[in-house]
Amino acid sequence: MMKDIVMEEPSQGGDEMRVNDFCMTVCTVNGSGSATANNTLLRAMFRMGIPVSGKNIFPSNIKGLPTWFSIRASKDGYIGRVAHDDIIVQMNPRTFKADLDYNVPGGVIFYGDHIQLPIDREDVIIYPMPVKELIKQAGVPRNLQDYMENMVYVGVVAEILGIGLDYIQNALLFQFRRKPSVAEDNFEIVKMAADWAHENLEKRDLYRVEAMEPLTDYIMTDGNTAGALGAIYGGFQFCAWYPITPASSMVESLITFAPRLRKNPETQKNNYAIVQAEDELAAIGMAVGAGWAGLRAMSSTSGPGISLMAEYMSMAYFVEVPLVLWDVQRVGPSTGLPTRTAQGDLTLNYFLGHGDTQHIILIPASVNECFEFGWKAFDIAEKYQTPVIVLSDLDLGMNLWMTKRFDYPDQPIDRGKVLWEEDFDKLPRDWGRYLDVDGDGIPYRTLMGNTHEKAPYFTRGTGHDEFGNYSEDPDVWQRMLDRIKMKIDSARESLPQPVIREMPNAEIGLIAMGSTEPTVFEAQDKLYKMGISADFLRVRALPLSNEVRDFIKSHQRNYVLELNRDGQLHQILVLDYCDMTNRLTSLSYIDGLPMTADWIIKSVSTKEQNKNA
Amino acid sequence: MPDSKDATNAIGLTRADYRGERSTLCPGCGHNTISAQIIMACYEMSIPPEKVVKFSGIGCSSKSPTYFLSQSFGFNGLHGRMPSLSLGAAFADTTMKIIGVSGDGDTASIGLGQFKHLIRRNLPMVYIIENNGVYGLTKGQFSATAERGLELKHQGVNPFLPIDIAKEALIGNASFVARSFAGDSKQVRELIKAAFSHRGTAVLDIISPCVSFNNREDTLHSYQWGRQHQAPLHDIAYVPRRKAIILDEFKEGEIKEVAMHDGSLVILKKLEQDYDPTDKWQALKILEEAEGNNWLVTGLIYVDPEQPSLYDYLDLVDEPMNRIKSEDLRPTPETLEKINRDMY
Repeated sequence: MMKDIVMEEPSQGGDEMRVNDFCMTVCTVNGSGSATANNTLLRAMFRMGIPVSGKNIFPSNIKGLPTWFSIRASKDGYIGRVAHDDIIVQMNPRTFKADLDYNVPGGVIFYGDHIQLPIDREDVIIYPMPVKELIKQAGVPRNLQDYMENMVYVGVVAEILGIGLDYIQNALLFQFRRKPSVAEDNFEIVKMAADWAHENLEKRDLYRVEAMEPLTDYIMTDGNTAGALGAIYGGFQFCAWYPITPASSMVESLITFAPRLRKNPETQKNNYAIVQAEDELAAIGMAVGAGWAGLRAMSSTSGPGISLMAEYMSMAYFVEVPLVLWDVQRVGPSTGLPTRTAQGDLTLNYFLGHGDTQHIILIPASVNECFEFGWKAFDIAEKYQTPVIVLSDLDLGMNLWMTKRFDYPDQPIDRGKVLWEEDFDKLPRDWGRYLDVDGDGIPYRTLMGNTHEKAPYFTRGTGHDEFGNYSEDPDVWQRMLDRIKMKIDSARESLPQPVIREMPNAEIGLIAMGSTEPTVFEAQDKLYKMGISADFLRVRALPLSNEVRDFIKSHQRNYVLELNRDGQLHQILVLDYCDMTNRLTSLSYIDGLPMTADWIIKSVSTKEQNKNA
Repeated sequence: MPDSKDATNAIGLTRADYRGERSTLCPGCGHNTISAQIIMACYEMSIPPEKVVKFSGIGCSSKSPTYFLSQSFGFNGLHGRMPSLSLGAAFADTTMKIIGVSGDGDTASIGLGQFKHLIRRNLPMVYIIENNGVYGLTKGQFSATAERGLELKHQGVNPFLPIDIAKEALIGNASFVARSFAGDSKQVRELIKAAFSHRGTAVLDIISPCVSFNNREDTLHSYQWGRQHQAPLHDIAYVPRRKAIILDEFKEGEIKEVAMHDGSLVILKKLEQDYDPTDKWQALKILEEAEGNNWLVTGLIYVDPEQPSLYDYLDLVDEPMNRIKSEDLRPTPETLEKINRDMY
């Protein structure tokens, strides 16, 4: 039976040292160059073998507004977000007071002592840092002072927490790998600040880091970079895009990596093209044109861009053009919160387009999986001759994550059913662009440039028969649309299957998708300790496979956890499994921040208690 | 030119080999004349149909690619978004000749942005606007090229000034701008040939009357108005590469030659006034004058045969990209190992 539910207090209390288990938030001003400092701390701890995650909570602004960077260190490997701060590094007077409320009792505050504001907390440890003074002493040129100030807190924090300076130095050398002298200049400040802290600060808090087993199987990067690399290893040949937060850095990564990786080895010429379109209407138009003509075509955007792409996506579905479209989700509706994360575009994408439209969706949960789906998406799109949407989000796409090393694709590239000049003789019967020769709903396609006399056909978004001829015949329309449905449905069991993490004797199920995975793992473990044993299924693709049905069937109560208001994954589950709706409960919310384990624990345990009441 | 229907061109094809489906547009529609001239131009230039790819947007004009070159691939895309579709497809095989057919509704409204950006990128393609000042397929609404004061049955009087597509192209730095009139088949045909020889976006704004909704004799897009007001800048003749050029019929000083990128020549015979289509100022001036004086100025308005094309900016492999073998598209495992090492 279930034990009494006791919410875990964020503060541990007592005098025991808390080793490799804390959340530290650095509060700065956007555009002040703090990202370098924060990533340096993050990388240093990662290299010490400590599981870490970094989350940048930033405004839609270039310079001047408050920004927060949270680093979570977790010896247990929990890298989801937590809502409280054990340690605050305060460099921003504007948020000084409000940020204090996030600090746990027994927590720590480092702050620049030029901020002369009262701290009305007596239950926290306070370390003032003479940031301006040290920078002055070091004789840093005026134009670099703001940036170098950040290195002061790196040094002080490293000294007090026990982050080895050699790790800091290596992280800086990585950051400035093309400008080693800059790395050294920064490191000088770090050393000086660490020395000052050593001489002048007495450690009174309980937080500490210690080196663990090296995380040799892991790398540290973001989902957008991984997605771009995945596309490169998936043989992408054409990308059209339009800048939008938080998707831009994906194509910028393509622009960085493709010239190194995708030149013809003999001629040194490019076997790909990237075009910045005039808008998303054009970006998707270009991708459809390229996909139709036989290139592995892609685009990446976020919610507002998806809205603009709807009409061409509906056409691509109906005229059966393969392409890969990444949606790195941000918060909508409308312009929404452009720099915050969400899982709110699921239903939009699944049914994107007018009339009966249904797209294949892949939902990566980790940076590693962004790489994997980055290449797999092309094979799926070309196999089924249809657009594949990869649904990432800002948290996954833009934040640095520790992740498993990228695995080289374990399957050869699959270009699907394409006929070139020499292939026509192999066909058992006549060819028509939309003729289902094999009975699997997937016809053969020919590509522009094919000189076989039978090859050319005319693609039209209007009603067409098996040979691409215009038709308004009711039977033809129904037949064509039914075949496309059969084709998409046939993908259910061969798309990336759900991942299930079981607990002993679990009565209930947790269902989630995408980047909330680490948070759900943590909640699952902690719920278990509280006496609630829950299995976890992570949906990785739409349309859903039978494994999802079986999972729901085998749990009396399934909680569908997601970052949107309306429970969109829940909606889709209910659509597919209307016979099991009483087993499905939606638990969703949206506030722009990544999900926390605490929220899951609270929500699930409350529901479970109420069920007993 | 061979006239018999059994005659063949340099690659052994008859005119019939360039035909398309039967047109479903209204009898007398200007668009059908243009389709016929596309067929003639391709036949006379001996372009293999399989080396042509056709695109269009939405509207009456955009239906027409099915009415020519049925042995070519084609894609009838979305309203105003033929340029992006063509541009994406172009990279798959840069040896293809692209022809796009659009209308004034398709190009001058939702399509204006894509039209101008296509021009800006100078993608090699023939871009025909079948311009009739009216929406035909939705039965008679004003288009953005309708003149101020035009009265339509269910619409009343148009209070707005029109968009001049040739002018838009010109100020958008188009490398080839022509205007013609569907009633002047020969000029249409010769301009299409010149456009196919141009290495860049060749814009052909062709006044193509709509016999059902906008063909009243006093309106700017009608046959009668066109016949009465057409003011050709020159007589135009296209001379393919390697063909002996016999210019005896012209007196010295009466002709101007434009050498196209592929080695062909466009011969422009002087009519009433001197006109230099490589002079952008003169081009703009003539369009302004034409508007003020109600002339339908036709001919090659502007051309810059040497403006770099989109392909010049991208260092692409020589072989068609849609024929690259799968194994050549995936970098080696060693490169991924290096990336893993570099990812901190």
